[in-house]
Amino acid sequence: MASSVEQNSAPLSGLRALDLTGELGWLLGRILADVGVKVMKIDPPGGDPGRNMAPVIEGPAGSISASWVAYNMGKTRLDLDLSTEEGRERFLELVSEADFVLESENPGVLDALGIGWEVLQKRNPSLILTSVTPYGQAGPLAGVPASDLELMSAGGAVWLTGDADRPPVRMTLPQSVCWAGSYAAVGTMIAHHFRQLTGQGQHVDMSAQAGLLPALVHAPSFYDLLGENPLRAGGYLVGRNINGAAMRNIWPCRDGYVTWAIYGGAAGRQSNRGMVEWMDENGMAPEFLKNMDWSTFDVATITLAEVSEMEAAIAVFLETVTKAEFLAQAEVRRMLAYVVSTAADIAADEQLEARQVWSEEFVPELGRTLRFPDGWLRIDGKRGGVASPVSGGIK
Amino acid sequence: MTAGLPERKGPLSDLHVVEFGGYGAGPAVGKSLAEHGAEVIRVESMLRLDGFRTNYPPYTGNVPGIERAAMFAITNDNKLDVSLNLKTEKGKDLAVRLIERADVVVENFTPGAMDRLGLGHEAMVLRNSKLVTLSTCNQGRTGPQANRAGFGSHLTSLSGFTELTGWPDRQPALLWGPYIDYIAVAYGVVAVLAALEQVRRTEVGCHIDLSQYETGVQFMAPALVRYFANGEEMDRNGNRDPNAVPHGVFPCAGEQRWCAISVHDDAEWNRFVLEVGEPWAKEPEFSTAAGRRDNEDQLEELITGWTENQLREAVVERMRKAGVHSAPVNDMGDLYSDPQLTYRNAFQRVDHAHMGEHAVPAPPYILPASPGKVTHAAPTVGQHNEAVLCGILGLSKLEFEDLQLSEVLK
Repeated sequence: MASSVEQNSAPLSGLRALDLTGELGWLLGRILADVGVKVMKIDPPGGDPGRNMAPVIEGPAGSISASWVAYNMGKTRLDLDLSTEEGRERFLELVSEADFVLESENPGVLDALGIGWEVLQKRNPSLILTSVTPYGQAGPLAGVPASDLELMSAGGAVWLTGDADRPPVRMTLPQSVCWAGSYAAVGTMIAHHFRQLTGQGQHVDMSAQAGLLPALVHAPSFYDLLGENPLRAGGYLVGRNINGAAMRNIWPCRDGYVTWAIYGGAAGRQSNRGMVEWMDENGMAPEFLKNMDWSTFDVATITLAEVSEMEAAIAVFLETVTKAEFLAQAEVRRMLAYVVSTAADIAADEQLEARQVWSEEFVPELGRTLRFPDGWLRIDGKRGGVASPVSGGIK
Repeated sequence: MTAGLPERKGPLSDLHVVEFGGYGAGPAVGKSLAEHGAEVIRVESMLRLDGFRTNYPPYTGNVPGIERAAMFAITNDNKLDVSLNLKTEKGKDLAVRLIERADVVVENFTPGAMDRLGLGHEAMVLRNSKLVTLSTCNQGRTGPQANRAGFGSHLTSLSGFTELTGWPDRQPALLWGPYIDYIAVAYGVVAVLAALEQVRRTEVGCHIDLSQYETGVQFMAPALVRYFANGEEMDRNGNRDPNAVPHGVFPCAGEQRWCAISVHDDAEWNRFVLEVGEPWAKEPEFSTAAGRRDNEDQLEELITGWTENQLREAVVERMRKAGVHSAPVNDMGDLYSDPQLTYRNAFQRVDHAHMGEHAVPAPPYILPASPGKVTHAAPTVGQHNEAVLCGILGLSKLEFEDLQLSEVLK
């Protein structure tokens, strides 16, 4: 799956990474490839077991995991048996020429194979080794196994999500691997900057549990400042109001769901006003909403009863509109709002298409071409990415 | 060390950063840089305060106040703060002088706003040829939706996350807060450091146009790849998983105490059965993954019956000892006493002039040779006016006192 075109933006071109990771570290290597590093994925003979992880995609030549293929695009591949003397030697030769080694084994596994940090550092003193593990290299939980569900739970994300009358939930598509991989890339890039200044390499220790803290945003601060534990509230937004009022954020419409909320600030007041004006033009705005004084409206201090009365009227109106109508009106009326997209909506999105976010690459394991999200890096107007862009959304 | 300016240490201590904007995605990039030693000067104005100061509980003591807001405090630690009224010529001039000596500008105003102020990258790179500017906004600076405003929680829904969260028989559930902003933060820091490497090589500055939406869809990639390949949508499915069964969150003794348990193959199931020791666990219909999946509703009820009278810690301990995947569903308070997060110093405490001592999330990775650290509480508006304008830009005491009496520092 080597890149088929010369990249437009490849700031780290010429640098090399050896990628030994499993699921927890795939995105790390992918992001390094995104910024121009030549990433070689090294798998045991027979390939990365993660290639079989469900859901799988079928092709004329075989099947492969959707996650595996998405996060390993742009990497070259080499099968190497690191449990043999020859495999290790070949690997250490590659390490001499490498700038980064990426891995996600349990702490101590690389040491046991004779390719731990001390050995690698001796071979290449300016090397950066980045280890992504569930809980980190040391500490009371180091080495405890965890999959996405345990990481989302131990990292606080599960607590915050779901309906109040059922158990809390994780997002169905695993997210801990993405937080771990992307923030490991941040740590790796900072270590690289330091190496450019000093020549010194180091062993970057990424904990996937800790990697979820950015996803919690200000939720832990409710406990720190007020001793409160924000409870999951389904499609409602909590934590924006000192009276504890939750703001409805997900609304059923004619063909799915839209997202909008009563908000504060200048932009929020315009957004609220836009919604009520639209309702009024359709004869569906009650008098009390038309009479609201938005110039003094403060979302942080209104009461739950006020919020509920407003939302009841708005819900009745939104059930009469489609997602497309809603998006168009939200733009015209400067409402802070979007739709709840499905994959089909994202695949057909005009903005992503105009920005050439999608690439296509032939996947030999499948014997077919796959489309995937790619060009997020845009420097001086030129799109980067691990493959060439395609246009034409799927309708 | 200049008077009034904190000493800076860390792997990025050679970097000078100026930051314009508010809320999450821009300032949190500055936070990551500042925690590793970069000098990050935040340009603010009393006339247009950051929404994280004004619209985001919690506040210390549950009393709103621009110097009491946690959201601002945890997003702007380690930074310097100058209040410049960019509607005045002198205010703009001072901003230009800060940019002239900077390596990086980070901004998340609406597209075009920096250009209209005369502070856009094209104008500034003429004065500072090696400047890197990161502009980040909802959907990028080009394309039909470039000017579309919106908040992070809404963009999280546009990017597909919400549709895949919650129960199949219910409407989707929200992820917490502006989830997507902090995805863009990781990609944004990577982009800035990559651009700095490009500048080292080419000696020419450059501009990064970072769309939060485009970084969000990177986290959605498997669902999108699958849709493109065969037209199949992923569905939200509570806590169930296509690979592991059982795979759920189960109630434990006490109010809102939950534990996660997942079983990834039949060998792990056998370890689970041995530890639980109940007759129901030994039923043959549960002995294979296919059987457990066919009877998953019933299996979850039986596991609930087993966990609900035990302490969460006891269940997790038993599962882990038996070699079964398990973890507590940590609530926000639990995070501060979690043994592993504590060991890693994942929250660091600072003393804030108006908030007192409070916790700030620190970098999730450890760089042993060049660690990041939360050293200073977030600044108050204009806290470093004198230190920055006199100490860094070299204004005289007299010039500074004149500015204080004008509109420039509002």
